[in-house]
Amino acid sequence: MKILQVIGEYLFLMKRVFVRPKKMSYFRKQLIQEIDDLGLQSLLIVSVISLFMGAVLTIQTSLQTESPWIPTWTIGFVVRQSVVLEFSPTIISLFLAGKIGSSIASEIGTMKVTEQIDAIETMGINSASHLLLPKIIACGIVNPLLVIISIFLCLIGGWFACEFMSTIPSQQYLEGLMSFFRPYDIYYALIKTFVFAIVIASVSGFYGYRTEGGALEVGRSSTQAVVNSSFTLLFFNVVLTKIFLG
Amino acid sequence: MIEVKNLYKHFNGRTVLSDICTSFEQGKTNLIIGQSGSGKTVLMKCLIGLYQPDEGTILYDDKDLSKMNKSEHQLLLQEMGVLFQGSALFDSMTVSENVMFPLTMLTNQKENEKKERVDFCLERVNLSHAHDLYPSQISGGMKKRVAIARAIALNPKYLFCDEPNSGLDPKTSLVIDQLIYEITHEFNITTVINTHDMNSVMEIGETISFIYQGQLWWKGSNSEILTTDNQEVNDFVYASKYAKAMFAAQRKNI
Repeated sequence: MKILQVIGEYLFLMKRVFVRPKKMSYFRKQLIQEIDDLGLQSLLIVSVISLFMGAVLTIQTSLQTESPWIPTWTIGFVVRQSVVLEFSPTIISLFLAGKIGSSIASEIGTMKVTEQIDAIETMGINSASHLLLPKIIACGIVNPLLVIISIFLCLIGGWFACEFMSTIPSQQYLEGLMSFFRPYDIYYALIKTFVFAIVIASVSGFYGYRTEGGALEVGRSSTQAVVNSSFTLLFFNVVLTKIFLG
Repeated sequence: MIEVKNLYKHFNGRTVLSDICTSFEQGKTNLIIGQSGSGKTVLMKCLIGLYQPDEGTILYDDKDLSKMNKSEHQLLLQEMGVLFQGSALFDSMTVSENVMFPLTMLTNQKENEKKERVDFCLERVNLSHAHDLYPSQISGGMKKRVAIARAIALNPKYLFCDEPNSGLDPKTSLVIDQLIYEITHEFNITTVINTHDMNSVMEIGETISFIYQGQLWWKGSNSEILTTDNQEVNDFVYASKYAKAMFAAQRKNI
């Protein structure tokens, strides 16, 4: 029953969030700020993770497929499919759930316990929409861009592994990357990432918003936000995979 | 003027406010006093609409708060300035951005008009030098003054202050009290102050409502509070040994 209550509270909050902003000019400013804070600040770490994971994925795939019956170019194909379908959209989103989710939950939670949210409400401003809508939209814009960059860098990481670690001839890796390419896989990855981004920002915002107490509770909310947005993300991963590929 | 009639508020079956009937006059500093946990903050949160009362009415210039439609309620909120216990300044904004926030969100003023108003408000609270500082860079007393400047930015008809002196030294408290008192009279505001600071009571308490265990126990002025026979009020006012000795000496003289 408790989970139903939590879902109900979440939906009720979202009803307050998704309304037209009071001042569009101010909202645009907030949105740009959030794109910078939540998205661009994650660019470096996402790039580093992607480069190394791409290299590791290529090395491991080549080790698992050492057989005269399997053509070498399939390694590039398998790496591309793994990166596009699962690694970049899901693993990077899970990483962002930790980074962005805890940041949103602790920011909103601190504002709640220090009465900043009450201050906004007493001015007659919808605090839920004012604080959460720019974050949710910023994540919806930036996370798919981060995933595109991640896909690209993963594949480059794989190429590095071929070129400098002599995993497989890089020409064959590139041939594999370009084999049986379906643009639909990219759309699938981007749609998935967009949904994950909305989940991460809204669930984290929700846990920040229901914080009561002090510093201890802010920390607790932050943890809950990461754990629950990760669970929700994994649940949607199964649902979306079934819908689009099943 | 704000009138409260037969106000009740319960939390999880526990009565926090019971049959509160009082009024807060325009152009005066109206104090709500009482021990911690007596229900002062809940009463104030009911007044500003953060809590819905379970029973009773709150009238703002004869208009019932619970019967206001959305636009009337919105308008009322814009006529309110609220000073929170912890100042509630936005950490990510500078002092001047904090004061400008309600002007940006709730008015269509041009940038130079907003700047003029911010300058005026910050000057009024003697903080014209602090425009570009962040809340983390200023003292507790300055934070309270910035919060007052933000609260008066929209020329409010009603000013609510929740424990404006908490965490401040007696001298800074006096500055904040005087500032609230001056602003109340200068702009003819209905000011409601929640406090348990006896210095504030004696300095600026024009009307005082004493809340005891969720009930309005006593009402009077700062001159009357020292001589009342009400046992609970005396226990509150003369809580310390020093004050009790003073009380005994005063009684002797009477």
